[in-house]
Amino acid sequence: MSSRIYDCIVKINETIQTNKDFLTDLDREIGDADHGVNMARGFNAVIEKLNADDADIGGALKKTGMTLLSTVGGASGPLYGTAYMEAGKVVQGKTEITKEDFGEMLRVAIEGIQKRGKAEKGEKTMLDSLLPAYDVYMEKINGGEDLLGALEAACEEAEKGIEYTKTIRATKGRASYLGDRSIGHQDPGATSATLTLETIRDFLKG
Amino acid sequence: MKKLINQVDDVVNEMLDGMTAAYPQYVKRLEGLEVLVRAGGSDGKVALISGGGSGHEPAHGGFVGKGMLDAAVAGAVFTSPTPDQVYEAIKAANGGKGVLLVIKNYTGDVMNFEMAADMARDEGIEVEQVVIGDDVAVENSTWTTGRRGIAGTIFIHKLAGACAEAGGGLDDVKRIAEKVIENVRSMGMAVDACTVPAAGKPSFDLTEDEIEIGIGIHGEPGTHREKISTVDEISDKLLGKILDEGIYNSGDEIAVMVNGMGGTPLMELLVANNHISKVLADKGLKVYKTIVGNYMTSLDMEGYSITLLKLDDELKKYLDAPADTPAFVQQ
Repeated sequence: MSSRIYDCIVKINETIQTNKDFLTDLDREIGDADHGVNMARGFNAVIEKLNADDADIGGALKKTGMTLLSTVGGASGPLYGTAYMEAGKVVQGKTEITKEDFGEMLRVAIEGIQKRGKAEKGEKTMLDSLLPAYDVYMEKINGGEDLLGALEAACEEAEKGIEYTKTIRATKGRASYLGDRSIGHQDPGATSATLTLETIRDFLKG
Repeated sequence: MKKLINQVDDVVNEMLDGMTAAYPQYVKRLEGLEVLVRAGGSDGKVALISGGGSGHEPAHGGFVGKGMLDAAVAGAVFTSPTPDQVYEAIKAANGGKGVLLVIKNYTGDVMNFEMAADMARDEGIEVEQVVIGDDVAVENSTWTTGRRGIAGTIFIHKLAGACAEAGGGLDDVKRIAEKVIENVRSMGMAVDACTVPAAGKPSFDLTEDEIEIGIGIHGEPGTHREKISTVDEISDKLLGKILDEGIYNSGDEIAVMVNGMGGTPLMELLVANNHISKVLADKGLKVYKTIVGNYMTSLDMEGYSITLLKLDDELKKYLDAPADTPAFVQQ
């Protein structure tokens, strides 16, 4: 029988493959038309690398991150690779996680992305979805909400983050070359990050 | 999409094997990796390594050889190579005198090469890096990720490569690379877009009589679109923007590169250079050397870029030094 973490990563892979062309098309508008293609290549490799019965969540995430790092390329490779590897570190050896664990995973993943990408909120990147999602997640669990409830609220914020990226100009990544012409387009990275959170939410809903 | 390829996913792999089959005297491929190194190795000298997404051929593998690069790392088309690939290139090319990474300024390239440099330093290999952003089409401010690295990169390969070949230490080779970066500026344009094999359609759409000024080498948009005019008028615009930088002044000696984007005939590049050389002479600039051809391409994009490099005696010496690589030979 396959482990929960394996099944969850399989679902994330399905989301990425389903949205491959959508993400690439978004990237064509303001970038270099490869985000979906690159992420799809990376997650294909991830599924090949993972053992279906590996129940160690930290180990599986670390392997996912290392594989993304060595197969995705571009900026997404180091960013997503770092995010998964960092998230894996805080739940090493665990086969189940608490809502606090998940908050900590989000926190260190985002911290890793910020360190590698040297970006802040408001630069039209995945952080515009992830940072507000994290804030709401923590607010909800501190208020007594369970993991799924808090993640549902976080996904709503992440969606709002995508909408927000449409209103601002990019100052990081290839989209920054467009200047004001990047306004009106949603950020592909914020989109793939939101899709990831939503897939985890749907997976937990079962 | 009509392309002379087999499977989309095999393009980079088959291209690299095609390179080694054509030029075994120059390059060999590291087994299982997207890395080309010098056939004869790089012992006893500072190693110069560059790389980036594929689709810019002959950059960078075509410049591996005596007097230029020691290794080139190829990513997927228009996608930075991954840190593990760059790390293997560093280990293989390291001849014991240190390694200089020549990185074009793109978010992905900088991140991946930096991660590789960190990994190599952990192993005790001396690694330095330079990041080139020569494209004046991009506003160089805190509001962008900085200027893009385009055709000017080839001058780093040539001059820093000559310095390393002459026995220069890592500090010296890096200083020459930085001197080139300080003195080189480029700008390009596109008549028509390129098609990334995996995407299957053009990266942007231009109408029949439209051109894009200030285009990047991955089909990134430029400063603006306009109606096509004569190549003389287009060259005036590109040169104007480069000269506005204020680093090329009457009496200066310069090197010029008129670089094709991949889909433009050499005839048109030479037509462009005819006017460029006259304009530069009118400005009192002394053209010491001109290079015309396809050096930093963008797949099948039609268009060209102009690069100017201001020279001094030291840079002239390294520009004149011999080079022997698949894509650039100079006695």
